[in-house]
Amino acid sequence: MLKTFAKGGVHPPENKLSASRPIESLPLPQTVSIPLSQHIGAPPAPLVQKNDQVKTGQLIARGEGFVSASIHSSVTGKVVKLEEVMDAGGYRRPAVTIQVGEDEWMPEIDTSPGLIKEFDLSGKDIIEKVKEAGIVGMGGATFPSHVKMSVPRGKKAELLIINGVECEPWLTSDHRLMLEKGEELLVGIRLIMKALQVEKALIGIENNKPDAIEHLSGLCLGEKGISVVPLKVKYPQGGEKQLIKALTAREVPSGGLPIDVATVVHNVGTAFAVYEAVQKKKPLIERVVTVTGPSVKKPCNFLVRTGTPVSHLIEAAGGLPDDTGKIVSGGPMMGKALNSLQVPVTKGTSGILILPESMSVRKPVLPCIRCSRCIFVCPMGLEPYLLMTLSEKKMTEKMEKEHVMDCIECGSCSYICPSNRPLLDYIRLGKAQVNQLIRSRKK
Amino acid sequence: MDKLLRVSYSPHIHGENSVPRLMWGVIASLVPAFVLSVLYFGLGAILVTATSVLSCVLFEYLIQRFIMKVPPTVNDGSAVVTGVLLAFCLPATIPLWLVALGALVAIGVGKMSFGGLGSNPFNPALVGRVFLFISFPVQLTSWPLPMGFKTKLVDAATGATPLGVIKEGLLNNQQVPPLMDDIPSHMQLFYGNMNGSMGEVAAMALLLGFIYMVVKKIIPPVIPLTILGTVFVFTGILWLANPESNADPLFHLLTGGVMLGAIYMATDYVTSPMTKKGMVVFGVGIGVITVLIRRFGSYPEGVQFAILIMNAFVPLINSWFKPKRFGEEVQHG
Amino acid sequence: MNSTILITVITLSAIGMAAALILYFVARKFRVHEDPRIDEVEEVLPAANCGGCGYPGCRNFAEALVKSDSFEGLFCPVGGNEVMAKVAEILGREAVTQAPLVAVVRCNGSPGHRPKTSVYDGPVTCAIAHALYTGESDCPYGCLGYGDCVEACTFDAMYMDPKTNLPVVIDNKCTACGACVEACPRDIIELRKKNPKDRKIFVCCINEEKGAVARKNCKVACIGCGACVKVCPFDAITLENNLAYIDAEKCRLCRKCSPVCPTNSILEINFPEKKMVVKGQEKKDAKEGSGKEEKVAASGSEQKESGEESKKDKESNSSNK
Repeated sequence: MLKTFAKGGVHPPENKLSASRPIESLPLPQTVSIPLSQHIGAPPAPLVQKNDQVKTGQLIARGEGFVSASIHSSVTGKVVKLEEVMDAGGYRRPAVTIQVGEDEWMPEIDTSPGLIKEFDLSGKDIIEKVKEAGIVGMGGATFPSHVKMSVPRGKKAELLIINGVECEPWLTSDHRLMLEKGEELLVGIRLIMKALQVEKALIGIENNKPDAIEHLSGLCLGEKGISVVPLKVKYPQGGEKQLIKALTAREVPSGGLPIDVATVVHNVGTAFAVYEAVQKKKPLIERVVTVTGPSVKKPCNFLVRTGTPVSHLIEAAGGLPDDTGKIVSGGPMMGKALNSLQVPVTKGTSGILILPESMSVRKPVLPCIRCSRCIFVCPMGLEPYLLMTLSEKKMTEKMEKEHVMDCIECGSCSYICPSNRPLLDYIRLGKAQVNQLIRSRKK
Repeated sequence: MDKLLRVSYSPHIHGENSVPRLMWGVIASLVPAFVLSVLYFGLGAILVTATSVLSCVLFEYLIQRFIMKVPPTVNDGSAVVTGVLLAFCLPATIPLWLVALGALVAIGVGKMSFGGLGSNPFNPALVGRVFLFISFPVQLTSWPLPMGFKTKLVDAATGATPLGVIKEGLLNNQQVPPLMDDIPSHMQLFYGNMNGSMGEVAAMALLLGFIYMVVKKIIPPVIPLTILGTVFVFTGILWLANPESNADPLFHLLTGGVMLGAIYMATDYVTSPMTKKGMVVFGVGIGVITVLIRRFGSYPEGVQFAILIMNAFVPLINSWFKPKRFGEEVQHG
Repeated sequence: MNSTILITVITLSAIGMAAALILYFVARKFRVHEDPRIDEVEEVLPAANCGGCGYPGCRNFAEALVKSDSFEGLFCPVGGNEVMAKVAEILGREAVTQAPLVAVVRCNGSPGHRPKTSVYDGPVTCAIAHALYTGESDCPYGCLGYGDCVEACTFDAMYMDPKTNLPVVIDNKCTACGACVEACPRDIIELRKKNPKDRKIFVCCINEEKGAVARKNCKVACIGCGACVKVCPFDAITLENNLAYIDAEKCRLCRKCSPVCPTNSILEINFPEKKMVVKGQEKKDAKEGSGKEEKVAASGSEQKESGEESKKDKESNSSNK
């Protein structure tokens, strides 16, 4: 019996079309627009001026606050604009637009392909290097990694969990990374373990990726303290709390963080980025992005420089299909629908999913028949039907009592609802209302 | 790009379930019971079911179209389910105009007056059935003998249901064991070869439908299992305490409307609780009330009343029995 | 038979009497003393329970009025000065007056002005669409058009214009309760001073983006050029974050700003259109008030009058005052 989390969950069709496609380096676009705010937290101020020449890997904005990450130029070229560009929601955010020239990396960056296994650094040094490299959680939440790697005072980490679950249907970027960069990944894991001062690390992988499980298990044989745990396929197993539950049977308390149960979770992408940052001095300027969809000609996994417009990726995957109805940045369960193809790839973009018109139109909403399916699938043990009703009626205080803030927005409720009710839409609205209420109370 | 992209919140994919799919699944699971009732009661079974389904659909359409002035939603199949279930708890030889009247009450009063699908507190089919039962007790308790297509539509040979025989006997100070001689064997009861309403008789067919629905994940098995379990345990205790005046528990499970009620009426999504804990409470409540009415009440059968009574408690059950939240209990370690 | 009826009647009457006595004593015993003026005040309040005063209902507002010593911060926007005067009379205090206000929708982004760039496929409510993205146009400030404000209005004073897909306020029904202001997730609706004959001049845009960006997304956006600021003789117009704003308190309705606006984002509403204004005609215009306003709002940018005319109107206005 394979391990998984106990409560709720759904199993959408996996559709991992691009699983057998090796990672390809995407040719550079003509211009890149690097948003200055690619993480949760305040956007840093740019360090470059218009018409400045920048090199690949050069720092262009320093993360100042605690929960803020530095931004580096992903290409060599001339800064042509310091204006706002559209983010995934269509809202304009400050960004640096660079005209791409001949690729010239910063001299200190080691661009050789060799594997460097040994390191002799203290945990503090590692965290400092991770911070300098501007690494954020690459699973999509984009929380600055150096923050997650520093254990708060009074808490202790016992276990590092590496998230190789990739429970979102369609996406394969983490899968390919585990297959192709396994050795680097393990060095990255060692580095994070050192920073956290833990002796044990578990890599959780769903068993729809048997090749990755086998590959990494083989590599782990020689590594002390690191082991691979195959997991039963169930969405949302890639959620931090669900993954911890599946691997350790510990439950992160309501409103708490993984460190409250002495664990820290990092994505495989993050672990690889940590390796590159510490051993190769390379900042986070590129990532693996899956471009896929039912009518995409050539579903691919690309190694993409941040700031590359989405249209460039789609072009490389065989162009935009004629029947396109919706373009999603990220996976189909939690990704954001884009309203423009000019949106740049950011540190958190794990995939571009192109859905045909027939799959993008929402079905008509019927009345709730109280079939309880949303309750059964909610991994957090909430009552989505009730939260939606309360949100519609703006009963904010009642919503807070029903623990709307526990919702991880996995979308299982909306996915399963036989009446096609927009449960998560209203629950998100409810969370915003409750947040406002909590803030007004603090004042 | 000339075509505009669609934008909405995630999730961007949707499961295959839909209300019509679930409702038609329920209807499909009722087919074996229908076939058996036609075999036992002949043409009458077909006529009553057809009348009931057609009138339920027609009344729902007319009410939505002309009174509520909303687009009719009869093709979601919920009216068909109500129709079939209403027919299944009627005798096969009942006058058809009574069936239509029952359908009007079921749909009009039981469902539409509360706002339609999803808003009704009581199971519509049961509302119709209980209305008929109280208003026309004679017609509703003339149970035809199971004679296949030889069953006459008018003035058919009738007899009391097994439960009725027991009740009658107990009221006349008779003891149960001799009464059991007049009743078909348990195996016969399992096949449904007895007097009774159309769909109720064949425990076998209903159990088949139950297994189908559970396998297809149309309903969770909690409610039927707790109801049947409670009835079994409660009547078992009574039987062990005093076998002279109580029938055995298996007899109670196989006769009357317990099977139909537990599997189809009590599991109606709209009128049953929403959490597993609540479902258990609901099921136990129905089981206890059913046995209390059967054993100590004046009616031989009480499952319909038991379900309607527990329907009324569903909102309370929903607010008292919450699912266990993730991370609710703070763990130390 | 007779005795049965008799017994029934007697028992029922006895039960009735007993219940009445119990009720009487309970009512005496547990009586809550309440200031009778609360009832009186509640009586004169509009009983709309709209929450415009900041209290959940008229009863709560009446309690607050009676309990407080002054009218500071307490005003019923629906009843206005008239009702507040009555309340003051009941409570024996000095009445306070406030200038009447009216809700104004500050977006003119009809489909013709603001090209649609995507299709929104979620629940039909502005709150969710706003939280999700910019909306079907690229203007992140503009009206989303799903009518949360109309939904919130308890006085039927708003409706969605199917042609422009923008909400319209019916001035004579609007009580300035502020429910729509609260409901709009983009703060497009503002309560502005009510002028005679429901006339108003305002910047019908709240876009704070740079001129070029704003203009690209909407033809009638304020681009922050400042032309209106220069022309205003009363210093009523301020320019902040690429957006002009006309202070309704300082504005004297001179109509100088509207013609100079390059994007026609300053709207004049309920002003006479004709070049030569005769007194009688003006009255007729005013009578047509609300009906005409829709027309103006819909055509919006086509409204242009010569400076000469506005000057004349300014004179007539000041004479009205």
